[in-house]
Amino acid sequence: MRRPVVLSPGNKAALPVLLFLLAGVVAPLIAVIWFSFMPPRTFSLAAAPTLENYVTIFESTSYISFLWSLALAAATVAVLAAVCFPIAYGLVRVFGKWATLLTLLFTIPLFVSENIRLYGWVLFLIKNGVLLGSLKTYFGVELESILFTRTAILLGMVYVYLPFMLFPLTLGIGMVPNETRDAAFDLGATRWQVFREVELPLSMPGVVIGFLLTFVLAVGAITEAKVLGGQRIIPVAQDIEIAFTYAQNWPLGAALSVLLMLVVGTLVLTALWRFDLDRFLGRK
Amino acid sequence: MAASAPILSLKAVAKHFGNFTAVDSIDLDIAEGEFFTIVGPSGSGKTTLLRMIAGMEQPSGGDILLRGERINDVPANKRPTCMVFQSLALFPHRTVGENIEFSLKIKGERKEKRRARALELMDLLRLPQSYYGKNVMKCSGGERQRVALARALAYDPQILFFDEPLSAIDSKLRKTLEKELKDIHRETKKTFVYITHSLEEAMVMSDRIGVMRAGKLVQVGSPQEIYSTPNTRFVSEFIGDVNVIAVDLATDGLLKSVSHAGKLKPPTLPAGFVSGHLVIRPEFMRFITTPSEADNSVTGRLYNEYALGSRIQYQVRVGEAVFVVEKLRQQAFVGTLDEMVTIGWDAADSILVTD
Repeated sequence: MRRPVVLSPGNKAALPVLLFLLAGVVAPLIAVIWFSFMPPRTFSLAAAPTLENYVTIFESTSYISFLWSLALAAATVAVLAAVCFPIAYGLVRVFGKWATLLTLLFTIPLFVSENIRLYGWVLFLIKNGVLLGSLKTYFGVELESILFTRTAILLGMVYVYLPFMLFPLTLGIGMVPNETRDAAFDLGATRWQVFREVELPLSMPGVVIGFLLTFVLAVGAITEAKVLGGQRIIPVAQDIEIAFTYAQNWPLGAALSVLLMLVVGTLVLTALWRFDLDRFLGRK
Repeated sequence: MAASAPILSLKAVAKHFGNFTAVDSIDLDIAEGEFFTIVGPSGSGKTTLLRMIAGMEQPSGGDILLRGERINDVPANKRPTCMVFQSLALFPHRTVGENIEFSLKIKGERKEKRRARALELMDLLRLPQSYYGKNVMKCSGGERQRVALARALAYDPQILFFDEPLSAIDSKLRKTLEKELKDIHRETKKTFVYITHSLEEAMVMSDRIGVMRAGKLVQVGSPQEIYSTPNTRFVSEFIGDVNVIAVDLATDGLLKSVSHAGKLKPPTLPAGFVSGHLVIRPEFMRFITTPSEADNSVTGRLYNEYALGSRIQYQVRVGEAVFVVEKLRQQAFVGTLDEMVTIGWDAADSILVTD
C-alpha cells in the first residue's frame, strides 16, 4: 500500500519560498542559459540549439571587457580591504560608544540612490566643480580633474561598495574573543604576531565574505564606468546591456551573461573551497 | 617559605574605574614556588587584581614587583608570567600541538625542538601523544584544560596565573583536575597564583589563601588558618554552612545572644571584644541528651536532614534561628522529624569574630 505524501511543517513553511525561488531565480536562469544557445538575433526559444554566439564572443574583443571588469573588481576588493580593515578594527575595538554613530554614518548613504551619489561625485570632481573650483578660488591652485579617468571609476566603485566590505569585516573581527587575543599577547606575541596568528585567521569568515560580496558586486558594476568614467572603459555588464538593448541580440547577451556567471561562479566556489569557513572556526 | 625573598610583591596596588574602586590598596607577598589562591565572590576585584599582575591591566596606583623589580609598565608579552584563562582561550584554528607550541613558535624555535617540548608537556599532563595533530576544538573539556595548561607551561613562566579555569567544569571532573593541578604544581615547582570563587577549591590546592572582599584582602593564611580561625564573619561563612550567632559581651564575661535567651560560654576572648558573632562549624555541633554534656547548648525542633555523601547534615530550628549539625554517616543521629532535640558545642570549638 502506498503511503500518502505528507509534508512536515518545516517543508510546508518552506514551500512558498521554494516556489518563489523556482519562478524568480531558477526559471529565468534556465531561460538565459537556453537563450545563449539560440541563433543570433532571434527572439524565440524554439530554434535548434547552436554554439554560434560563443564562437562570436571568442572571435571578438569581448575578452577586453571581461578583463576590465575582473581587474576593476580585483582592484576594488584590494583597495577596500586596505581601507576597511582599520575602520572595522576601530569600530569593534577602539571607538567604543562612538561605533554605533559611525556605523550609522556609513549606512545612511545606502538610502540614497547609487546614481544620485555618483552624480554627486561628478559635481565634486568636475573641472571648476566643488573640489577643483574651491582650490582655484581660495588657493589659486589649478589641478587636472581626475573625472573620466580609470582612477575615477575605481574611486566610485570603492565608494559604492565600501559598506559591503566594512560590515562583514566588522562582524569577522567581532568574532575574535578578547581572551584569545589576550592569551596570544600573554604568550609573548607582539601586536603584529597577535594579528597574524590569531586575529586575522579567526576573522577570516568575515574577510572571505566581504571579499566575495564586493568582488561579485563589482564585477557586475556598470554605472561607475558610465558616470565617472565617461565611457573610457566598457565593463562586461555594459556589453551585456548593449546586446540586450541597442543591438537587439538577446542570444549574444545571454551567452555573455552565462560566461560571466561561469567565471565569477568558478572564482567564488574556488575561494569558498580554499577558505573552508568551518575549518577557520575550528568546527572541523 | 617566608624566609626567602618573595617572587612577587604587591605594594598598595589599586585599580579605579571612574568612581568605582575595583581593587583597593592591596599589599601582598607571594613566595617562590608557592601555590597561592585568591578567593572572593564575583565582583570582589580578584580578576582585576590578577589581570594587573599579569600585565593585561594597568594599576591606578601602587607597585607590582617581580623579584624586586618594578614591572608596572612591562606589557604582558614581555613578562615572564603566563595565564590560564577562564575561557581557556585556546586557538580554535590550531591543533593541540600548535596550541602548545605557540609561544615557542613566537620565540622562533625550530620545528623539531618545538614538537619535542610539546610532546614532553603532553606526557606530563597525561594527554595521549596521538592528540598532537588533533583539532583542539574536538577535545573534551578536561582535555582542553590540559592543553591550556600545557600551552602556558611551554612558555616556561616564572609564575603561572589561573583565572577560574575550572569554573565551567562539572563537579566530578573538577575535583579530579584540582588534584591534578596540585600534582603538576609539585612536579614543576613553579609559583602558581590561582583565583576562584570557591573556597573549597582553594582549600584542596593551595599553600596559602587570600580572601578578597570589595577590593580588599580581608584575610591571608594557610587553608588551616582560614578554616579554623577566620577573622571575620564573611570569611567564616565563605566555606559553606556555618552557625552564626550575634552576641554581646555581658558583664560576667559570658556572651549574651542577641536573638535568644541564655548565656553562652566564649572561646578565648579577643582583646577589647564588645560585640560580634560567634561562629560554630557544623561538624563541631553534636546532639546531646542533657545540656551539661557540652559547654553551650540550645534546644529546638529537628526540621530536616540532608545526605551529603560521607556526612549527613541536620537542620535544627530554634525559634527563628536555624542551626546546622553535621555527622559522619557512620555516626548518624537517629531521630524523627519535628522531634525536640538539644544540640551543643564546646567553647573551644567556637570562633569569635568582631564583625
